[in-house]
Amino acid sequence: MSPIVKRKGRKFSVPDKYVLFALTICCSAMMLLTFGTSIFDKPFNNIVGYVMVPFERGIGEAGAWIAGRSEELVQIRSLLEENEALKEQVALLTEENTLLQQDKYELNKLRQLFELDEQYESYNKVGARIILRDSGNWYSSFIIDKGSDDGLREDMNVIAEGGLVGRLSNVGPNWSKVTAIISDNANVSGMTLATEDNLIVSGNLQSMSEGVILFSQLVDSKEAVQVGDKIVTSNISDKFLPGILIGYIMTIEPDNNNLTKSGTLIPAVDFEHLSEVLVITDQKQTVEEE
Amino acid sequence: MLRIILTGLVIFISFLLQTSVFSWLPTDVCPNLFIILTASCGFMAEERTGLLVGFTCGLLYDVFFGDIIGFHALLYMYIGFINGKFARVFYPEDIKLPLALITVSDLTYSLICYITQFLVRGRLDFTFYFLKVIFPEVICTLVATLVFYPIILRWNEWLRDRERRSEQKFV
Repeated sequence: MSPIVKRKGRKFSVPDKYVLFALTICCSAMMLLTFGTSIFDKPFNNIVGYVMVPFERGIGEAGAWIAGRSEELVQIRSLLEENEALKEQVALLTEENTLLQQDKYELNKLRQLFELDEQYESYNKVGARIILRDSGNWYSSFIIDKGSDDGLREDMNVIAEGGLVGRLSNVGPNWSKVTAIISDNANVSGMTLATEDNLIVSGNLQSMSEGVILFSQLVDSKEAVQVGDKIVTSNISDKFLPGILIGYIMTIEPDNNNLTKSGTLIPAVDFEHLSEVLVITDQKQTVEEE
Repeated sequence: MLRIILTGLVIFISFLLQTSVFSWLPTDVCPNLFIILTASCGFMAEERTGLLVGFTCGLLYDVFFGDIIGFHALLYMYIGFINGKFARVFYPEDIKLPLALITVSDLTYSLICYITQFLVRGRLDFTFYFLKVIFPEVICTLVATLVFYPIILRWNEWLRDRERRSEQKFV
């Protein structure tokens, strides 16, 4: 073949350096844009949602199944022993239960009398399944299989096992990202249930390895807050609905400034073994600033 | 063309593996498959492949889990590009170089993640984060490399053979 024909066959190619340079600028631009705004969220979320989520759903289920089976095998032996003990306990509890049911009947009647409605139950909730977890080792966030098509919006609260899990930080058409309250970049405004003192609950990777999260800025001048007190989301939080259980105080110490206190709390939710969560579709009422 | 489609597929599969299967591992941390893939594509092919694979992997991660889009894309892209520089001294029979490169890549990646996302927020206890996150992740990745590297290598060689054969057919 003549060299001219050969040259025709060779593709024109840009040097790698220029590709790198162009993509670097592209990345920096995207970083700057997404830092303040969320223009890219919608198109990216849509594309990714339709391409990835069906696969994720399948694999997530298969993975969960396999993990469940292997765990079962390990646990069978201990389960047998536990079964014996539990049977005895059942007998005891049945007796106790009948007594309690009588109490409950009375309580319900009294509640109706006071027209008290349990706030938790009045929220509208949607169940969702966790389909994938953050693959990095730094933050705790995960993706659930419901999105804006199911009526979910950003900042909706997520609960499980009666406690607060986190909030939706990113919503796609058929998936949403949940940032857990134990994530290192998460802060929740909370209060103690008994005394209604406000405090800040901050997720922390370092303390989460010990199974606790931190709280701070608790003003407790009357020394009324004690270890074991319930901490719930506060009335003044702008993202979280009031009165959702966060956890229980484990330690409490005065700060160096002698005005506030801080310490650790045990979250109400077992974050390691979550597979289904509830999303509260009611959102906190916000006031438009003028 | 085939290479592009297949590479896309491999990235896709590794993302699925990484996010759904690995999170069920009994260990606290999971290996970083993206680093293995990006680095291997870098030193097996050349800079161009490395940086494009890295960019795609990073972007995929950013869209799902990143707070700002583009950060991981940038990081992975440079890792792929720099690993591509080693394509000239890479021999498929020798596993020491790939192991070393992937370890260093993962270490760098984790350190940059720590500095940009944790250190600047006043999380100063470096020893804790190193022992709890960075070091286990590197070890995990190292072990995963031993499993996944031969697969990627074989896949890459198969692809190269195929391309060479089709080239010969045309000439």
